[in-house]
Amino acid sequence: MLCDVCKCNDATVFLTQIIEGKMQKVNLCDVCSKEKGVQDPTGFALADLLLGIGAAEEIEKGAATTQKCPVCGFTQPDFKKTGRLGCSSCYATFTEALNALLKAMHKGTSHVGKVPQRAHRAVELSDRMRNLNESLQKAVAEENYETAASLRDQIKQLESESTRVGP
Amino acid sequence: MKFSNVMSNTGEWLRSEGPHHQIVISSRVRLARNLRNRAFPGWAKKAERTAVLELVKPCVEKLPEMQDSFSEFLQDLSALEKQVLVERHLISREHAAKSSGSAVIMNRRQTLSIMINEEDHLRMQSMRSGLQLKQAFKLLDKIDTALEAELEFAYDQKLGYLTACPTNVGTGMRASAMLHLPGLVLSELINQVVQAVSKIGLAVRGFYGEGTEAMGNLFQISNQTTLGEKEDEIITRLTKVIETIIQKEHDARHILIQKKPNTLWDQIGRAYGVLTYAHAMSSKEALNLLSIIKLGIDLGAFPEDKRLAIDELFIDTQPAHLQRSSQQKLTAEERDHLRAQIIRTRLKVLPKPDISKLAKEAGNGSSSEPTE
Repeated sequence: MLCDVCKCNDATVFLTQIIEGKMQKVNLCDVCSKEKGVQDPTGFALADLLLGIGAAEEIEKGAATTQKCPVCGFTQPDFKKTGRLGCSSCYATFTEALNALLKAMHKGTSHVGKVPQRAHRAVELSDRMRNLNESLQKAVAEENYETAASLRDQIKQLESESTRVGP
Repeated sequence: MKFSNVMSNTGEWLRSEGPHHQIVISSRVRLARNLRNRAFPGWAKKAERTAVLELVKPCVEKLPEMQDSFSEFLQDLSALEKQVLVERHLISREHAAKSSGSAVIMNRRQTLSIMINEEDHLRMQSMRSGLQLKQAFKLLDKIDTALEAELEFAYDQKLGYLTACPTNVGTGMRASAMLHLPGLVLSELINQVVQAVSKIGLAVRGFYGEGTEAMGNLFQISNQTTLGEKEDEIITRLTKVIETIIQKEHDARHILIQKKPNTLWDQIGRAYGVLTYAHAMSSKEALNLLSIIKLGIDLGAFPEDKRLAIDELFIDTQPAHLQRSSQQKLTAEERDHLRAQIIRTRLKVLPKPDISKLAKEAGNGSSSEPTE
């Protein structure tokens, strides 16, 4: 069996760890296990090591197409190599591959913590936008063109506001 | 502020003052933040990194908390100065490896340190003495809010704050405490504790974080996950676990006094003997022995007013701190001699261990170890 990290030497160290009911296995060669500090009896880096390798596997599964991040040019093989993403847009680009990974890694799949003020405003704007659009459609359907014109102006103004705030 | 000022001030978080300070050396919280649509530092070209740095650094320096701060580009710090900052836990080892395009800004009290272009564009950390995770987070939260008014952080409604490594996504928060657990180590209960803690999604690490060895009976415990849980929930959960460990450590110490007083006195006596008479000492040996002296102070074998002197030695005997106190470049062997010399000199004020208080406490117990 080959080492999961370098994939060239024979694995001599076999690790199994159960974290919150999920079993993870890693096979390592002598050199990689020392490098990762696994032979240190305290073995504290184990969890990270496991997460890192699990990450690589998850990504490989979704790597049928070599997608490229439109913002920074990052690819999935790059992630496999470094374990880090290229930019914030990579999360949208590689969302499929990342979802499984994040699920395995974290307590939940959605953020419930702090929300930056800007994002608060963005949510508010998008809510207002939806309401205006609905009213507009209703006004047009009812052939209430005066109201529709006023609603269109409001939407235009909101659009210019939201480009300043960002999504 | 100059680097020499950093050196002459012991970080405030190093002083044993906070709640549970006998066992919890320090609490720290860090937040990872990135700018929207900019390549993360590890992937960015040099020009992009520099652009981010030029955008972020003035905003950080402007913070009221950063008045009279120490602010440097990483390329302007020597390898030794960077190492000193690592030994004080003010920058990460990863950050110390960085050069142009990165910076560090810290306040005079060394309780707040902000790294620019580490793994993420911003890594902000707040340190406190003792168990004060909530207070450390409160300060950081305020700073984060002030910065987000000026900088547009990468944030997704579903995933929260977006970070270079998916392990930090969500809150971008890592809260950790450095615990001194000689009682659990001496009574060989530490592995049980470590295993129990890792089962509930928390991480235990050595003295210098990820992948480092546990030295001086010091352990860092931190949250492993960042997505799906609120910041204050993470902190409350971590604090509860730490409080349980504190209780376990107290119990272990009590049992050692009751059941194995001779082993305990032997450890304290040997640590005192070696530290006061040795002429060569590695940093690992020094940490391990100083840990026992610290335990001795907790148990009343040494006077309480010598605590600061011992705590300072934990940091001052680290390799880069030693090297800085010397005029010429030292070999490892010379460092070991200098380390032993500094310890001998500083321990001159430390009286011989007085185990009478311990003996009294042990005598109150029902059983004691038979003497050989």
